[in-house]
Order: sequence, then C-alpha cells, then structure tokens
Amino acid sequence: MIALLVRDLRLAVRAGGGFGLSLAFFLIVTVLVPFGVGPEGGTLARIAPGILWVGALLACLLSLDRIFALDFEDGSLDLIATAPIPMEAVVTMKALAHWLTTGLPLVLAAPVFGVLLHLPGPAYFWLVVSLALGTPALSVLGAFGAALTVGLKRGGLLLSLLVLPLYVPTLIFGAELIGRGAEGSSTATPLMMLAGITAATVALVPFAAAAAIRINLR
Amino acid sequence: MTMAPLISVVDLAVARGGVAILEGVHFALSAGRALVLRGPNGCGKTTLLRTIAGLQPPLAGHIEAMPDSIAYASHADGLKATLSVTENLRFWAAIYGQPKRVDPALAAMNLDALAARAAMSLSAGQKRRLGLARLLVTGRPVWVLDEPTVSLDAASVALFAAALRAHLATGGAALIATHIDIGLDEAAVLDLTPLKARAPAAGGAGGGFDEAFA
Repeated sequence: MIALLVRDLRLAVRAGGGFGLSLAFFLIVTVLVPFGVGPEGGTLARIAPGILWVGALLACLLSLDRIFALDFEDGSLDLIATAPIPMEAVVTMKALAHWLTTGLPLVLAAPVFGVLLHLPGPAYFWLVVSLALGTPALSVLGAFGAALTVGLKRGGLLLSLLVLPLYVPTLIFGAELIGRGAEGSSTATPLMMLAGITAATVALVPFAAAAAIRINLR
Repeated sequence: MTMAPLISVVDLAVARGGVAILEGVHFALSAGRALVLRGPNGCGKTTLLRTIAGLQPPLAGHIEAMPDSIAYASHADGLKATLSVTENLRFWAAIYGQPKRVDPALAAMNLDALAARAAMSLSAGQKRRLGLARLLVTGRPVWVLDEPTVSLDAASVALFAAALRAHLATGGAALIATHIDIGLDEAAVLDLTPLKARAPAAGGAGGGFDEAFA
C-alpha cells in the first residue's frame, strides 16, 4: 500500500505528472479575480472566502481524471486489481496521493493567495483550517467520480458533472467557516459540519469507489 | 499425477459485453504443467483469462484455485513511462511483498543493462520483457498469460521460454494464450474454437444485461 502511495507521488513529481498544475490554476484564479471585480478592498474581502474555496475546488477538479485513467490506459489497473491489496485500499491510497499532490499544496499556499484578495487578518487561521479539513473530502469524492468514469474515453466532462454536486456541502461549510472566522463569530457549527462531512466521506466513499472500479474493469 | 491441481476450471462459461462467447471450458492444471490456449482472434481467449484472473465473474461454472495463487499478465504491460526499469519492477515486488526477487528477475529477462533507463525509452520488445519480469517478482504459482510473446524477437522468446520452464520446474503452472509456438513441447494445447457459446435459443447460457449488476 505504501508502495502504491510512493509510486503515485513519484509519478506526480516526474515530468508530465501534473504536480503544480492545480497550484498554478489556483494562483491564476486568485490573481485574476481582483482584476475582474475591481480593487476595492471591502468587496474583495467580503467575497474572498468564497473565491478561495471555489478556486481550490476547481483546481482540485482539474487533476481528478488522472487518478485512475492513466493506470487504466496502460493496464496497471488490471494488474493492481489482481494484486494482493484490496481495491478499497487502492482507492484510499490513490485519493491520499491526490490530496498530497493537490490538496496539501493548496492548503499551504492559500494564506499567500489570501493576501491578493484582501482577506481580513483573523480569517487566515480559519482559511488554513477549513481547507485542511475540507480538501481531503474533495480528493476522496473525486476518486469516486474517477472510479465511476474510469472506462470512458474523455470521461472528464462526465466526471466534473458527477462530482460537482457532491462538492457543494464542503464548499458551503468551508466558505462559511472562513466567513465566520473573519467576522469573529462562532465557528463551531460549520467546523463540525465540515469535519463531519470529511470524516464520513473518507470512511465510506472508498467502498463505493472500489465497487465502481470492479464493475468498470469487467 | 495424483497431486491436487493448482487450478481447475469446471464447465466454465464466460461473457463479454453481456454476450456469452465461450461455454463448457473444462481443464485442470497441476504443478509443473502448462496449458496453451489457441483459437482465432475474438474467440474469447482474453475474456477467459480475465475471468480466471478474477477480473470478471463467470457466467456459469466455477474456477477452483488457492486464494492469491494467480499472477495475471495482460496485453498491456502496466509500465509507468517516467519510472525506470528497476523502479517499475520494485513497485510490483513491493505490492506482492517479494522485494528480494527484483534482481534475479532483471537478470532472467536480460534487463540488467537497462535497469536505470526510464521505461519510456525502451523498445516494444524491451517493454514486454519488463512486463514478463513482473511475473517473476510476484512469486505466485499460477501464471495466466495473455499473448506473452507479442513484439518479442526469437532470442527473447527463448529467454521467456527458459523463465517459463524454470517456473514450471519449481512447481508452478502456466495458462498461456498465444498464436505462436513458444517452444514448450511439454505444454498441452486447448483449442477454444469448438467451445464457442451457442445462442441462448439453442440451449446456450444467456448473458443477460443484468450480469453487469450481479
């Protein structure tokens, strides 16, 4: 299992692996929004939590189809499916590798990008907390979508449409958490909802994704 | 031979895309034996092998094998282009928990000189040899091989045959779909042509659409 994680991380940082793509996309969104909205700090500060979360979510979406499609195309997925590791573990490891290469860089870079959007001071802590808590759910749900569309050529469109509605709860509570953090009001409810969604997703979705892969490999 | 077979297939019917294509497949392989599957393109060799490897459920009949005894090699080698030959092999060795088998496997398939090369710079035949070296690191007794000799030259086919013989000699078994003669005289041959599935109306096993959700 660790071998699979190491291999995926190694593939991601090698040429053509797509590491940095999401980060670059996130950067583009946060740089361009102030140009589009106008430079008044008040407006930007108000929409910053939403923009940062939407940016992170779309950046995450960008690399989802790589999770299983590449392994499917070169035949590794067939071979992994016949190997002595359960498919649920494969899904979990692949989602973890996806999170480490896209989610984690976003979490770490978000405070820097928050400056570009005039994010108010108290919100930075909550920005990092909400992304750190929410992005694992994005990766796992994305792995589920990738598992559903693994046999399809150019399944990216279908994948995005399947996954976007599943991302909505995370987006709502994630942005709400930053917003409340910025105002200084109580953050307990969105924090618990966000953590709960992630915990449930990480615990349950790998089973669904594994079942989807087994059916797609037939 | 009186010992229990490593794998036995009883009255197996397989389907592709919901259509039954083979039925009544029946054989058993004991240690040290190889079986070559023959038949024209599209007769169901790959589907049969995928079913035996556990990638899809059989339509009828059953497959008896020890759990975790089958190593499957498909048309595709499952190589990662940006990883080196050794890294590719080490990954599979780690997955199968056999890290010590990497070096002997490289030597057996004559890949020593290429060990540090990225898989993307290998020729088709060299990739295939690396794909076959993967079998050696699995440490599993039953090899299920789909066209293992595609794009191999005569010398590499001989290399593969030698590896196969060594595997059989150490108590392994192999099931091979191939069109060419791999020089394995002791292997039995099963021609799949007469086992083509009959239409359901003629008493064949029907491959329903629901099969996908079974």
